[in-house]
Amino acid sequence: MTKKKLRLDFWFWVKVLVVGIMLLFLIYPFCTLITRSFFSSKTGLLSLDNYIRFFTKKYYYSALFRSLFVSSVSTVTSLLVGVPIAYLMTRYNVWMKKYIHIFIIMSLMSPPFIGAYSWIMLFGRAGVVTSFFDDVLGIALPSIYGKLGIILVFTFKLFPYVYLYTSGAMGSIDSSLEEAAENLGSSKLRRLFTVTIPVIIPSIAAGAIMVFMTSLADFGTPMLLGEGYMVLPVLVYNEYMSEIGGNAYLASALSVIVVLCSTTVLLVQKHLVSKKNYVMTAMRPPQEIQLRGVKRFLATFPVALVTFIGILPQIVVIVTSFIKADFTGFVGGFSLDSYMTIFNRLGTNIKNTFLFSTIAIVFIIIIGMLISYIIVRQKGAAGQIMDMLIMFPFVIPGAVLGISLIVAFNKEPVILTGTAAIMIIAFVVRKLPYTVRSGSAFLQQMDPSVEEASINLGVSPMKTFFTLTARLMAPGILSGGILSWITCINELSSSVMLYGGKTSTISVAIYTEVVRNSYGTAAALATILTISTVVSLLIFLKVSKGKVSIV
Amino acid sequence: MSHAVIIKDAVKKYGDFTALKQVNLEIQPGEFFTLLGPSGCGKTTLLRMIAGFNSVDGGEIRFDDKVINNVEAHKRDIGMVFQNYAIFPHLTVAENVAYGLKARKTPKQEIPGRVEEALKLVQIEKLKDRKPNELSGGQQQRVALARAFVIEPSVLLMDEPLSNLDAKLRVQMRTVIKKLQKRLGITTVYVTHDQEEALAISDRIAVMKEGNIMQVGTPEQIYKKPENAFVAGFIGTSNFMDCIVSGNDPDHASLEIKGEHSLPARLRTPYSGNAILSARPEQLFFDQEQGLSGTVSFSTFLGDFIEYEILLDNGQTIQLNEYTKDVHTVRPDGEKVHINFNMDAVSLYRTDTQEVISK
Repeated sequence: MTKKKLRLDFWFWVKVLVVGIMLLFLIYPFCTLITRSFFSSKTGLLSLDNYIRFFTKKYYYSALFRSLFVSSVSTVTSLLVGVPIAYLMTRYNVWMKKYIHIFIIMSLMSPPFIGAYSWIMLFGRAGVVTSFFDDVLGIALPSIYGKLGIILVFTFKLFPYVYLYTSGAMGSIDSSLEEAAENLGSSKLRRLFTVTIPVIIPSIAAGAIMVFMTSLADFGTPMLLGEGYMVLPVLVYNEYMSEIGGNAYLASALSVIVVLCSTTVLLVQKHLVSKKNYVMTAMRPPQEIQLRGVKRFLATFPVALVTFIGILPQIVVIVTSFIKADFTGFVGGFSLDSYMTIFNRLGTNIKNTFLFSTIAIVFIIIIGMLISYIIVRQKGAAGQIMDMLIMFPFVIPGAVLGISLIVAFNKEPVILTGTAAIMIIAFVVRKLPYTVRSGSAFLQQMDPSVEEASINLGVSPMKTFFTLTARLMAPGILSGGILSWITCINELSSSVMLYGGKTSTISVAIYTEVVRNSYGTAAALATILTISTVVSLLIFLKVSKGKVSIV
Repeated sequence: MSHAVIIKDAVKKYGDFTALKQVNLEIQPGEFFTLLGPSGCGKTTLLRMIAGFNSVDGGEIRFDDKVINNVEAHKRDIGMVFQNYAIFPHLTVAENVAYGLKARKTPKQEIPGRVEEALKLVQIEKLKDRKPNELSGGQQQRVALARAFVIEPSVLLMDEPLSNLDAKLRVQMRTVIKKLQKRLGITTVYVTHDQEEALAISDRIAVMKEGNIMQVGTPEQIYKKPENAFVAGFIGTSNFMDCIVSGNDPDHASLEIKGEHSLPARLRTPYSGNAILSARPEQLFFDQEQGLSGTVSFSTFLGDFIEYEILLDNGQTIQLNEYTKDVHTVRPDGEKVHINFNMDAVSLYRTDTQEVISK
């Protein structure tokens, strides 16, 4: 490179500021966590104690195997469900296609542990369905607790990732590709397996990796359903809670192991996909095949069934929230008691959820807009660093981020533990990627010469950014911001680590209410979350006009 | 008020790659000056350096006497028309045109009048309340033009402004641009890779290749007297033939094409050795007995002229155009012919330096 004078302009200071924020709240905490993991919990000296303990005690290392097992199986089952649904939805005139599409997105965006909670309501020990089979039919259903239940919940909660990625790719295959295969003498089925699926493998893989990472990082579902079946995030939580004084030595080591696992998987996937990335421009997207009568029903039925199971948890939650309940459980009859209870007792949680999320979303939108711009428009080291860093929150499970923030900010001069600030920081760091991804994808489509035209006409770069670029980026940033918002209000895994007496949120309250078998209030809280989510999602679909992908 | 644009030893580097190698140009006030060259020759790089979007890594760029190397882009007072117009999509036509005036703190009451006037000049005053997505490509082009000159810039830059238009509109718009430029008298630097467009629109042209200026001249000079083999090949069509020049006396030199054709030639300086003869298809003609012998291998009748492809006996294929107003028949494929040319019209280049040696 030729030596360039470092320009101390507007964008220089923005880069300093943004990189500084990321270093302080993402890199520094995580490095502290790694350092911490190499100190012995007993002696406080540098040692490999924590790792030795992990790999020698079955109690610990079996959690790793269980995590990998549950995530792998859930990924496979999600593929088995998601790919056929995507095929049916893109190729056939399925009834009520638009609504089914929205319902599938809704099941993905529902609060993560509501699935577990609802399945317990239906198939748990005292569940409605279990009792019905047991009392009326005399059939004992298999237990929902343990790995089976976790896999079941993950599958129906996460198959939408596979569906969304796959249907996106299937919709952009040029139909001449398939016509060529047919023209060369391939049967429809052969064509599907020799042309269509191989071509969209990268997209299917991208969906699969999202399922794997999400299920690997999920805390709520295995916590509620696992019982004796302990997976890594739950182990991290338990260890952290049992370690006295919040020193979190072993929990840190566990966290490092979780992150190593997810990073490895992500890198392997990237490597595999990079060899098989086909650039396609759909001149003529595939035509929808018009089925009639029974055939149309046969195409619709499986899609509708899976979608129904997917949103069943939300239906269950809403219905049960209106059922009269007392400390023994549901007693039948409709009432608003559960709502009265939560407004009296848990009003703070509701206020906190929306207050924290609102503050977080303001920061997310401002920082997200600047980062998107730097990544896309400002060629150079800062952009590349940010592009890399922004993926980092995806591989760090919430529980791990929670612990790393505690470890980093629980001593003088900065004590943030138990404050609203640390909850909001966790929201911002963890949910920023949604906004950045949407914003930068949007900006990539935007012609840079529009900004240059403005500068050329005499408006300074800074003013151009705020009056022109920001204005034009708004739809992309806003759609991403809504996704960030939805995931903020539903956030559990980091919050459950970070909340203090006055900073508890709805998600945390649902979790604690379920743990103490207070199902009625949990259902009412979950209903509030679900409805907020659905409303936000509908706004998202309106704002993004289908141009911004949800995944 | 127009400025001269003076570029002195300008250098642009991208890492180890030098995109612009010590370029020197003097563009006169009010001149329509075109940078012409294939993609990657550095023409857009140079234009963006003048605009202030690329840094100047060596040398200097001046407007008259003022060095502008370190003047920020938004303070240069330059109008620019972008390849894809870069119309602000959220503003109406009138608001787009007013954008630069507002940035310049033009008195509010003056703005509507000046916008109106600018829109009239490009004949789209009726569209002033439209949004860009309701405009055709040609109309957007006119908005971009109006927006660029309404601020009365001292220099106007245009980056391939016609490349996104269809062929007919392109010809129409280039006349609009040329007339407008003459009327306003703004120094204009225009970038294009289309040689026909460059010849049609420019007062002077700089032909560029790989970061160097190959020739600067009027369209006529560039076309008729290319200074080197690159320009001869890039502008129009040229037949290149290897030959040997013996010219220790430059006024009585001779050249020989593959041992069969010997001609007298006049050189600029004494030179003997390998050379390239370059002739336009219309500079060649059929002769009775003299000249290079060959066979007609293919012909295309194009109305006002016939394009012949001729396989010379020495194995080379050349192109010859014959105007139909002078002849009555198309020669059949396979006919034996003799090709000749007027030595004053064609050019000779040294094989080693590719520089012109003929007078």
